Amino acid sequence: MSTSATEREQRAPVSGPASTARSPRERWRALPSPLRHLLLAALALVVVTGLLLVTGDLTALRFAAVGYTMLSIAGLQLLVGGSGQVSLGHGAFMMIGAYTMALLVGNLPMLPLSANLVLVVVVATVAGVLVGAATARLHGPYLAGATLILAVGLPGLTHRYHEFLGGSNGLTVRTAGAPPFLQGLLSASEWKALVVWTTVVIGLAVLATVSTGRLGRRMRAIRDDETAAAMSGIPVGATKVVAFVIASAAGGLAGGLQVYVLGTATPSIFTLALSLTLLAALVLGGIGSMWGALWAALAVVYLEIWLSDAVRAFSLSRDVENNLPIVLFGVLLILVLRFQPLGFHGILQRLGARLRSGRH
Amino acid sequence: MRTTTITARRGTLAAALALTLAATACTGAGEVAEQDGPDLSVSTGVTDDAVVIGTHQPLTGPAAAGYASISRGTAAVFDHINEQGGIHGRQIDYRVEDDGYDPARTIDVTRKLVIEDEIFAMLGGLGTPTHGGVVDYLNEEGVPDVFPASGALAWNNTEEHPLTYGWQVDYTKEAKIQGEYITENFPDQAVGYLYQNDDVGENSQEGLDQYLTDEVVAREHYESEAPDLSSQMAEFKRSEAEVIVCSCIPAFVALGMLEAASIDYQPQWVVSSIGGDTATLQGLLAQFTKDTDAEGVPADAFLDGLIITGYMPRVEDPDDEWAAFFADIYEEYGEGDTLTNTHLYGMTQAVMFAQVLMSAGPDLTRQALIDALEAQEWQGPGAVPFSSSDGDHGGHQGAYVVQYNEGGETEMIQGARVTDRDGGLIEESDYEPLSPEELVFHD
Repeated sequence: MSTSATEREQRAPVSGPASTARSPRERWRALPSPLRHLLLAALALVVVTGLLLVTGDLTALRFAAVGYTMLSIAGLQLLVGGSGQVSLGHGAFMMIGAYTMALLVGNLPMLPLSANLVLVVVVATVAGVLVGAATARLHGPYLAGATLILAVGLPGLTHRYHEFLGGSNGLTVRTAGAPPFLQGLLSASEWKALVVWTTVVIGLAVLATVSTGRLGRRMRAIRDDETAAAMSGIPVGATKVVAFVIASAAGGLAGGLQVYVLGTATPSIFTLALSLTLLAALVLGGIGSMWGALWAALAVVYLEIWLSDAVRAFSLSRDVENNLPIVLFGVLLILVLRFQPLGFHGILQRLGARLRSGRH
Repeated sequence: MRTTTITARRGTLAAALALTLAATACTGAGEVAEQDGPDLSVSTGVTDDAVVIGTHQPLTGPAAAGYASISRGTAAVFDHINEQGGIHGRQIDYRVEDDGYDPARTIDVTRKLVIEDEIFAMLGGLGTPTHGGVVDYLNEEGVPDVFPASGALAWNNTEEHPLTYGWQVDYTKEAKIQGEYITENFPDQAVGYLYQNDDVGENSQEGLDQYLTDEVVAREHYESEAPDLSSQMAEFKRSEAEVIVCSCIPAFVALGMLEAASIDYQPQWVVSSIGGDTATLQGLLAQFTKDTDAEGVPADAFLDGLIITGYMPRVEDPDDEWAAFFADIYEEYGEGDTLTNTHLYGMTQAVMFAQVLMSAGPDLTRQALIDALEAQEWQGPGAVPFSSSDGDHGGHQGAYVVQYNEGGETEMIQGARVTDRDGGLIEESDYEPLSPEELVFHD
């Protein structure tokens, strides 16, 4: 979980093609970090668009799910991996974003999506400031406990304000598909997946910029040793709150995107299980790097589908069939923690390092 | 100097962000353009010897215990039909996808059914929050959305969802019949409402309140996530309610009965069809009394005298031909578990759907199915008249009233009556369903 590993990873996608010639790589590093991340974001968007064009409607929906889950987990990574604060209530911020989006689309259908997304981020940020300020003095298990309350309690609000938030049936909205001039080219799902990914890569670029910048260094200093960080003049409390707020905003934005794609927000989607799944998946994917969020999101969306399909092929009894995927996920998580604490990304990193040293 | 560059960079970043977002969406996010209706003259999922039907059901998760048996019942009937030669020479290929009662997964599995499995129609998609997320999609894609398994009023909306055909008697109609029954048979007795705090409770009260006014002494609700009714039952006892109308799912009926017994309170229970499956209640009561003081008390001791409204054949009714027919089928094609009214729910749906397919004729298109649904006056297997035409996709039109007696049999205490969801009258109906031999639903 070292600093250098995290920083090196931010450049990993270019190290392949650029490694043969020394100077382009240096020129790349000389670019300002926001620009570098935006370029990478654009590249990622091109890749996703390409993949969308060769796959179908169902894949588009799952791609979109990978996108918003990744954004949410990347926010969590910055918080947990970056600043060392454990949050068990990340799903609650997704819920705040989701309900904000559903209320906006339902009550003010004339607002453009961009405005909705900005408002979602604002609302999630405010919620993050409130919770973050209240929990700034807590750390370790105490912070985990406080955020746990949020994950457990927030869905209850939908019942308390049944008229406004729709109770257990939640809110259902319809969102517009592709603009008229693109309607022949893209299906509604493909368009939504593209919008999601555009937002997600911009969000990730911002997160990556924060993580590699001064703020990120401060967070890591606090994570490694709070006292030493304070002695070096880092405002410990403020930095922790800022990390919490950024993570909340990312989670909220992800929730808003989820509603944009699925068109429904119910309390049963944003349970404690969601918060725990996000954290568990992040550990599985690799908590030390933002790339871990990608593997984590893929695991959340696809692992269960694949495991269920695989289990179904053995024609076991229904009770076994229903529970085996969860058991397998658990076993996988334990194995990863035991043998590869840096997660799936750690495995990739080690393989990469071995390849590189083999070449020299 | 350094601060300026950072500010400038942030400025560029913000500008880039705003530009891209503005470019991705300029029109209102909630303004959905009106589109032409989908093409229904297609035979998606239909071959010469098979027709693919899909559904989403909670096979896992919290709702599985109560509802997983619905699709098992449906599958057993379809197996029977296929054994008899199918429908117009086509075998029914019934695909059940598990959504775990999670609306996000419902959306995923429904797309899978429509895109990968290419289903001809969706039959009995279960749950209000779950099905609510896919009803727009199915209608946009032109997939007939037949008999969603939920009593929400939302399904009967031919303007917005022309391809959705409701099934369950809606909560308001059923509650009106309950309200009338109580005023006629328990005049001037104090009544308490116990309801689930969502559309079930809301719509049920709309119906009950048309007949019950001053008699109502307490209105108590529960949340389906919080299995505790102690304060509610204490309140009913305090306000001396003699009749409790329970617009609840089975788990909360059982819980309420146990709680009432524990505080020595014996009201008359009136339960809606969603919570009135006595076989399920027996199982739950046995489970809940385990390791308590009440262990060993037979479940029937709690259930004796229970009044239930319903609209389908019942397993407890020994004279019902459909119930006997379904019991035989489940014996042969079922999965060996005890047959309950929840199974019968799925089995009734299967027969109903099969007879629609039958009357749609050999040249099967989605339009032919819709025409068949709209064209007929259905005569069974449901125990009350069924509506699927003339802008009314409400499904079952009313309810009967039965009373459960210790020993396992129910007694019909009021025959089928029909009504509307507004202020209309409740009318007796001389409706008689056809018997299993008379009804044509397979080759």
